[in-house]
Amino acid sequence: MSPRMLPAGDDPIRPAASTPVAITLDGERLEGIAGQSIAGVILASGQLGFRRTSAAGRPRGIFCGIGVCFDCMVEVDGARDVRACQRRAVDGNAVTTQHDALPVPPSSERGGSDD
Amino acid sequence: MTEVLIIGAGPAGLAAARAARRRGASVVVLDSSDQLGGQYWRHLPAERPSAREHTLHHHFRQFEALSRELDDDAGCRILRNAQVWAIEQGGGSGASATAGTLPGASAGPGTVHVLLGEPDGANRERLVFRPDRIVLATGAHDRTLPFPGWDLPGVFTGGAAQALAKGERIVVGDRVVVAGAGPFLLPVAAALAKTGSGVVGVFEASGAPALARGWLPRPWQLVSAGGKALELAGYVAGQLRHRIPYSTGRAVVAAHGTDRVEAVTIADVDADWVPIPGTRRRIAADAVCVSHGFTPRLELAIAAGCALSPERFVTVDDGQQTTVAGVYAAGEITGIGGVDLALAEGEVAGHVAAGGAASDPSVGGAVRRRRVFASFARRIEAAHGIRPGWPAMLESDTIVCRCEEVTYGRLCRVADSTASRSLRALKLSTRAGLGICQGRICGRSVEELLQARTGGLGDGSSTDRRPIAAPIRLGELAAGTTAHPDTYDLADEAKGTQ
Repeated sequence: MSPRMLPAGDDPIRPAASTPVAITLDGERLEGIAGQSIAGVILASGQLGFRRTSAAGRPRGIFCGIGVCFDCMVEVDGARDVRACQRRAVDGNAVTTQHDALPVPPSSERGGSDD
Repeated sequence: MTEVLIIGAGPAGLAAARAARRRGASVVVLDSSDQLGGQYWRHLPAERPSAREHTLHHHFRQFEALSRELDDDAGCRILRNAQVWAIEQGGGSGASATAGTLPGASAGPGTVHVLLGEPDGANRERLVFRPDRIVLATGAHDRTLPFPGWDLPGVFTGGAAQALAKGERIVVGDRVVVAGAGPFLLPVAAALAKTGSGVVGVFEASGAPALARGWLPRPWQLVSAGGKALELAGYVAGQLRHRIPYSTGRAVVAAHGTDRVEAVTIADVDADWVPIPGTRRRIAADAVCVSHGFTPRLELAIAAGCALSPERFVTVDDGQQTTVAGVYAAGEITGIGGVDLALAEGEVAGHVAAGGAASDPSVGGAVRRRRVFASFARRIEAAHGIRPGWPAMLESDTIVCRCEEVTYGRLCRVADSTASRSLRALKLSTRAGLGICQGRICGRSVEELLQARTGGLGDGSSTDRRPIAAPIRLGELAAGTTAHPDTYDLADEAKGTQ
């Protein structure tokens, strides 16, 4: 199954009514609620991976969730390298996934694909 | 009036702030988050109120009272979304060209450089503080050992699982595996279960002998640790057992999938955490939450000049003062001991930083609790500390440094071919630890792997040394500090720089 948000009606902490927000991820509209992080909105939409690594193009998603690993970096409204787990979603945020391909060095083994 | 600057608003920092205020200091609290509580009291934001959030936390009423007291206190200035990105030692001679410096500024404990604004924003405000005293309460983050597949989406640290459960109410999966080592695995599993995730099992790498070595001796100490010991015993005996299998001496040794985790391999491990042949078993999983303990967040302490112990924690005296006059430390950066120890240390640190003494009767209770829970920290290390056989989990193509995608095979080949014993040189030649996280995730593991491969590292450097403690955009650096009278109210010297 995919990650999702616990439905308010099932939540034992009895959440009050929430305010909707909507962001886009690579142009796709995602619905969330005010106070969620951008990572939270993306995860709640069922997506685990939302970045490709530079060397091997491997998928990455939320790993540490507390701003330490920088694996969840996205572009938000044109600003790059924003940690999705640290930034609250604001209605209308245009979020873009990042894949920063490396320049190819003339002759060197790089990264994990050659091992 | 003494100005005490507290960095970190988790249990240690908040306790320090209250104690410093009660001793009569003016206090500034900085935290990178937009809410108080740190990782321990990571909670839902004000936009998401609920009737029974306290049921997700321990001591949540205590947190609410503490944060309300500080919020309502005009002598305590709390700056949220405040990222400390550097500390310069002393009163600051040339903090930076743009920040300017006070001619003849008295030598204080350090110059603290802060970015105020939305996380990773482009136009944050730059502030500079030169307080009389600094209390470092920067906490710790998960240490996760590498294993094949640990970089797949769906593999989370234990801390992420907690943050997503408590701070977001995200269900990470229906077949979640919790693994690693340490008592923290238990509240992780409990938080997942309370959020509606299905937990397949908790796999603790330490075996029964290690657990007995840590937890069984001197049981009278556990009696004085009261609630904490009962809390842990309760997880194992009751809260988890009914629904979640808990096994010891077993580890997740691989995660499988292409674009996300779909299964894990679990193996029995020996006393040194070496997987035992013939015990591998593959089970379906849609999420894995892994934690092998915690790494203190030392960059600011190192930047401030504080000496570290051989175990790599900040060395403090009875008054929580570090080896740098005027710089105090509390909480997980002085040793991994949990919330009660952090609260006690924070109270002593704040009180002494404000001019009191650790022998004052008003902090007698905190000093006593500190002693009780320090023994708890030793038990955790004895029972759950990382064992040296863990590299046996690695394959040649296992990613060790996630950011630079450096594999174990490459790490070994470069170490062998350069024959270098300098961590700094090996980092440069392997690129391990040089990526976006600056070795926060892989640093300790890289050091241990290189130690083992080279027979010893010689240059005394450490991956915890990060003079730029948080990324700052060049535009922000170029823009210089800006006037902000409200914020500078309590930092006269900083105000003077404008």
